[in-house]
Amino acid sequence: MMADTDVRRPAHAAGRDWERLNGRLLLVNLSILAAPLAMFFASLALTGGKTNLQIIITLGSLFVTFLVISGIGLMRLFTTRFRLTEERFELHSGLVFRSRRSIPVARIRGVDMTANPVHRLFGLTTLRLDTGEQSDSAGRRFSLDGITRADARELRRRIIELRDAGQARPVADSDGPLCELDWSWLRYGPLTVWGVGGVLIAASSVYRTLHEMQVDPLEWGIVKDLQNRFGSVPLWYGILVCVVVLVALGMAGSTATFVENWYGYELRREDGGILRVRRGLFATRSVSIEEQRLRGLELVEPIPLRWAKGAKLNAVASGLGNLEDNRRRRGLTPPVPRGEALRVAAETLPVGPGLIERQGLTRHPQAAMWRRVNRALLWTALIIAIQIGLGVWLGSWLIVTGIFSGAVVMPILIGFALSAYRSLGHGIRGRYLVASSGTFARRTAALQRDGIIGWTITRSAFQRRKGLLTLGATTSAGDGVYKVHDVTESQGIALAETAVPRLLAPFVERVPDGHRPH
Amino acid sequence: MVHQSRTGQARRRLTQEQGEAVEHNDNVRLRPPRHRVDRRALGWWTLQSSLFALPLPLTFGILWASIPPTRTFFMWATLISLVPGILYVAVMPAWRYRVHRWEATDEAVYAASGWLWQQWRVVPLSRVQTVDTLRGPLQQMFGLSGITVTTASSAAAVKIKGIDHKIAGDLVEYLTRTTQAVPGDAT
Repeated sequence: MMADTDVRRPAHAAGRDWERLNGRLLLVNLSILAAPLAMFFASLALTGGKTNLQIIITLGSLFVTFLVISGIGLMRLFTTRFRLTEERFELHSGLVFRSRRSIPVARIRGVDMTANPVHRLFGLTTLRLDTGEQSDSAGRRFSLDGITRADARELRRRIIELRDAGQARPVADSDGPLCELDWSWLRYGPLTVWGVGGVLIAASSVYRTLHEMQVDPLEWGIVKDLQNRFGSVPLWYGILVCVVVLVALGMAGSTATFVENWYGYELRREDGGILRVRRGLFATRSVSIEEQRLRGLELVEPIPLRWAKGAKLNAVASGLGNLEDNRRRRGLTPPVPRGEALRVAAETLPVGPGLIERQGLTRHPQAAMWRRVNRALLWTALIIAIQIGLGVWLGSWLIVTGIFSGAVVMPILIGFALSAYRSLGHGIRGRYLVASSGTFARRTAALQRDGIIGWTITRSAFQRRKGLLTLGATTSAGDGVYKVHDVTESQGIALAETAVPRLLAPFVERVPDGHRPH
Repeated sequence: MVHQSRTGQARRRLTQEQGEAVEHNDNVRLRPPRHRVDRRALGWWTLQSSLFALPLPLTFGILWASIPPTRTFFMWATLISLVPGILYVAVMPAWRYRVHRWEATDEAVYAASGWLWQQWRVVPLSRVQTVDTLRGPLQQMFGLSGITVTTASSAAAVKIKGIDHKIAGDLVEYLTRTTQAVPGDAT
């Protein structure tokens, strides 16, 4: 790295084609300081001008923290330089820990733009280069945090042009997007489950913040009034109301998230064999996936969405970053009608219709069903046992509720188990291995057979006794492993051998007669 | 060598034909990898599991002996934590020793591990990215080594633990030599 530096210094000093981040970043960084100041004035207003030491210490430390963050941001602004030459993209940054990095243009897999709300206010954006490195640390990323949108677009155009120079890249027959936001899909918004959890988290963090600032919402007149009015209603009614309110808020939250995430959504095939997803209301995101890195597709149907005949489509692609990044960036469509998801799938991977249809997949053996039913029974037994155990200790009424809740929970869990069994399926479709499974969210994944770089076979004690195994196809794309759950041993071996011939074969043997699995 | 690889190919072709024929055939199964891990691994796992399972009952036991008023409580705590701990120490190492196996052919690395839950992993040498050795202090005490073979998948690392230090060195050398010979970026 030092040797690099010495060689390049003259060029650096000349600074002709070296570019810097945009000066407006200064304002962005200073605007961060507005948050603690606003909180200070808000607390003054709420407490009626009285302050005490705790508030001052809390807000003071908050202010200092933000000052440091803002300082780091400013330092980045003043020390970052980048340039694009014919062969390389170079990025120099840092004052104390200087980093000088360069990447061959040919290695750049994707160029993404993300803009958070504050950036957008000032017309800035973050440009991120994907190098295909499976690195976890944020510091290893090539990103230009704060250049104007026009500059970013220009830079992206130049990078892609340079990279693709001399290579025959497919030119998109760009006759419109593959898929565009349809506001009627908003009906699927409330069906994402995590909304309720989000409400609880938000409420608790708001309460904690207010509490830190010596404001107790439970003391407010309006809350007191509610308490007086409804304090005398029965407990079950209170719980019911709370649940209804929570679910309603959760649905509203999920809908809001849907709008924030998917406003202005479009999926487009662009020149150079790139699929580009654009979306976002406050923070705009643009994810580009090179089609040659696209190893397959995944159709996800969480239970509520499945009941509403909706589904989501994800890309199974390499070079989308580590697992967490991949989770955030793999979405090709929002929750949409199932048919629409299948249509987009067929257009994204033109290998014929029905690639990720579950129809026609091979069913799994009955033992797989018993495994799921047994698991449901085990959970039921656990729920009953805990209550009965507590009942012996605390009083017999818990034994009664234990038996009742067992009677209620058992059919529900068995229902889940049977539905999980119906979700199971696998097959080979042309160049793809297709596997479907899932209890709460049914996932049907099609993975390119060329993309499989190994097998992972797992067997629990129960699976070994019943002659079952779970076959995992490992790959550099997506989640890293895609599993075919609970197939018989010979089914699994046959599937693996068909998908990737000759890899497993040397390790297969015939069962001596008399030792056949039942 | 030539002769060997030719018979190897013949065998492979045979098994491939079998592979195509196994579609509706119930009498094939995965055979375990050829080599067991070193016998000293038994000692290593026993030491490791006792370091994991015994401190808690030991603490409870000391409290039981030293604080008379809480005798009954700490007696039960000691027994409840001791029984599964001892079971674990007694069962796990031998069970693991039966399961853990490895094998490297000229095309793939194949390893089995686990005890209650067992994993069998196959990685073709053409897809191997790095080969690392790791020797923890305990493994060093027993003269053992662990090898991790990684691929471009975040989920597919093959780990072979508890093999003799020398054998591990040879294996790493063999794997790095073979994987370097394969062109491509292994994704």
